[in-house]
Amino acid sequence: MDITAQQNLVHQTRDARRAIDFPKLSPAERDALIKKYHPDHRGHAYRPIKFGPNAGDSTVKEVATLLEGDSSIPADFNLTPEYSVDVLVVGGGGAGCAAALHAHAAGSNVLLATKLRLGDSNSVMAQGGMQIAVGPDDSPVQHFLDTLKGGHMKNDHDLLKVMVEEGPSIGQWLLELGVLFDRQSDGNLHVKKGGGSSKARLLTCSDYTGLEIMRVLKDEVLNQKVPLLEFGAVVELLSDGKGTCTGAVLQDLDNKRHVVVAAKSVILATGGIGRLHIQGFPTSNHYGATGDALVLAYRMGVPLVQIDTFQYHPSGGVYPEQLVGALVTEGIRSEGGHLVNAKGDRFVNELDTRDVVSSSIIKECEEGRGVRTAAGRSGVWLDTPLLDVAHGPGTLDKHFPAMVRQYERYQVDIRKDPVLIYPTLHYQNGGVKIDVTGETPAPNLFVAGEASGGLHGRNRLMGNSLLDLMVFGKRAGQTAAERAKSLPQGALTLDHVAKFREEAKRHHVSSGLNSPMVLPAYTRQV
Amino acid sequence: MGSDSNTPQQFTEQASEIQAQMVTVEIEGKPFQVPAGVTLMKAMWYAGKEVLRGAGCLGGFCGACATYYRTKDDPKVKTCLACSMAVEDGMSFSFMPAFPARKAIYDLTELKDPKQDLFELYPEAPLCRNCNACTEACPQKIDVREGVWKAVFGDFKAVSDMFMDCVMCGMCAPVCIADIAPNLVAVYASRAQGVHFTEKPKGLATRIKKIADGDYQEDWDRILQLSDEELQNTTASIT
Ligand SMILES: Cc1cc2nc3c(=O)[nH]c(=O)nc-3n(C[C@H](O)[C@H](O)[C@H](O)COP(=O)(O)OP(=O)(O)OC[C@H]3O[C@@H](n4cnc5c(N)ncnc54)[C@H](O)[C@@H]3O)c2cc1C
Ligand code: SF4
Ligand code: SF4
Ligand code: FES
Repeated sequence: MDITAQQNLVHQTRDARRAIDFPKLSPAERDALIKKYHPDHRGHAYRPIKFGPNAGDSTVKEVATLLEGDSSIPADFNLTPEYSVDVLVVGGGGAGCAAALHAHAAGSNVLLATKLRLGDSNSVMAQGGMQIAVGPDDSPVQHFLDTLKGGHMKNDHDLLKVMVEEGPSIGQWLLELGVLFDRQSDGNLHVKKGGGSSKARLLTCSDYTGLEIMRVLKDEVLNQKVPLLEFGAVVELLSDGKGTCTGAVLQDLDNKRHVVVAAKSVILATGGIGRLHIQGFPTSNHYGATGDALVLAYRMGVPLVQIDTFQYHPSGGVYPEQLVGALVTEGIRSEGGHLVNAKGDRFVNELDTRDVVSSSIIKECEEGRGVRTAAGRSGVWLDTPLLDVAHGPGTLDKHFPAMVRQYERYQVDIRKDPVLIYPTLHYQNGGVKIDVTGETPAPNLFVAGEASGGLHGRNRLMGNSLLDLMVFGKRAGQTAAERAKSLPQGALTLDHVAKFREEAKRHHVSSGLNSPMVLPAYTRQV
Repeated sequence: MGSDSNTPQQFTEQASEIQAQMVTVEIEGKPFQVPAGVTLMKAMWYAGKEVLRGAGCLGGFCGACATYYRTKDDPKVKTCLACSMAVEDGMSFSFMPAFPARKAIYDLTELKDPKQDLFELYPEAPLCRNCNACTEACPQKIDVREGVWKAVFGDFKAVSDMFMDCVMCGMCAPVCIADIAPNLVAVYASRAQGVHFTEKPKGLATRIKKIADGDYQEDWDRILQLSDEELQNTTASIT
């Protein structure tokens, strides 16, 4: 059936749908739904990791294969350093920029290396906002409880407490750098309600929150003259032979040369995994989201936590074809946008947590109530025009200019017509194990941002990532800088790689695959 | 969905399986057959090109994929973001190379009079000759020329509103006959607006003080000694 004909049903049923309040599910119902439909529970997509710190733990095949992969650096590699720094920050997203700025401010000699250009990252795309408990009816404790609930009680309490308590001062820091968060008429920060939160707690910069934060942080990194190595991908870490991290090997992607960096501390802020296309899902992530920190830290003997759980964002684009996998902001649902199946019915409370909403969309599609596109994909409607109907004409233009533009480029007017969505691979819930300073069990190796794990439990709450980046980027940067003052530079060896290779041999793993992946292989072999 | 596309490689090629119809486009002056309707970025991959410089967020937010293009028989060269634009038959396009625009270095907190300081940091800004080339070059449809004038006249609030959509692709800079990099001027003005001309939110200061004063300690003490089960019940009841 033609898309327009199907859209009409959404228009026809709008008034009737508005009259109904769709209840949230009970905890037991949520669990049952997730177990049956969430991709995290598709057993055949998983397998145990064969060796290393997480030997025997189950994760998706795509990740397991990379973790067991071989280093691209040969054993006899010349480790004469080209740079010698206090702190090497890897990754130019939010966590990396925050870490670099704080380490620099604390007097450290920093090098910021990033795979693409500074700022080309997931961070720049965050639209929905950043959770900070600033409202008068809200509190850090409330933020803690909401996050725990969202994370199925599996969040690391210490990490989480630190994040929610430092949130407000992070908000202050960003304001002092010139980030223009939306305001109320009385000058206070405007807060929006996000899925899974009991209080309105999302700070926003219209629907360009990540872009605005990153424009400012990038500008400040340049103002502070933090030395940069763009198109510099870390492909291996270095250790002193006793498990302490002492530097890294980068590859300059412009000329393929390897660059050895001696560093008293290394902060990995390399972000997520979307470009691994786990279980074949399209993704909302940036080009370099290939889970590099997981691989690098794992080879250093650092365990990963909750690495079997991923976030499939409920609203990835399905139509037009160019927007497949692209994120459609959650803000539409926060502002009351309905999800509607092919029969014109709502089927879930749109403000439930992401795993619940995604599972219910998958359920609708698997049970034949999805809308099919000519390209053979299926999805459900997100009723965008409802926002203008409910809150007055111009609402979408005013609050969702990025999304209006996103669709306008392909001649779709979201003010007039609903859009089709289906879950898209969005976020790695778990990651590298860290403590409250961002340090991993390998001394002087820090991980900050999406690459780290534990904080979000089994499902990250909307808006908590941007805060996570800033809080743990700062903590890692400051701790590393402080330590550098008294720490001598350790020896540079590849002993951990040699050990890892022996382990691989003992377990008969010889896929021949080099990891980290660095960039996805999209180029067609012609 | 997804079972037929288990590797990234297959994922990008999916478009070609679905839409058998092919179109001819010119990439950097050379013709290639690519599937109709794919983005310019996917067309590059389909044509067998490795993309390093030119790809970033792949979602229309980072400006890495700034591209010049022309449609069939139209002499007008336009701009777009290659990750967010579909190919058409007869289209011709190339990525924009990195442009060496000068960024001024400043410490915002130390500036005494940011509206005046603009003329020292970016002395070229007031030399705008109103040619409007920057506005025409902007893939985000920002009225860039107007923004430059707003900055010059000290209306930093307007600049910050107008440039909230700016993805820093830099396409407004190479076209400027006065050597202005409008996006950099705008970042300066927007940040100055935030640092110097925007009210400090009182509620935030109060919250920070309360946390520092230990006002939430009692709540923490109560919450943190709960068992997981008790916590579960606490959280379940606060929807
Ligand atoms: C479309 C989208 C919308 C989102 N919206 C929100 C939101 O509204 N609110 C929210 O809180 N969260 C949101 N998130 C999640 C959040 O944006 C990310 O989790 C977060 O930005 C990750 O930040 P990061 O600094 O850890 O990683 P990134 O921002 O992804 O940065 C990682 C950086 O590391 C670089 N890198 C990777 N590997 C290497 C390597 N080997 N060597 C050198 N450099 C490397 C990358 O190129 C990149 O620059 C969103 C995510 C996406 C994708
Ligand atoms: S203002 Fe300039 S840098 Fe910003 S989006 Fe427009 S052309 Fe690109
Ligand atoms: S291109 Fe330069 S001179 Fe022309 S209007 Fe824009 S800023 Fe002014
Ligand atoms: S790749 Fe970021 S805007 Fe196109």
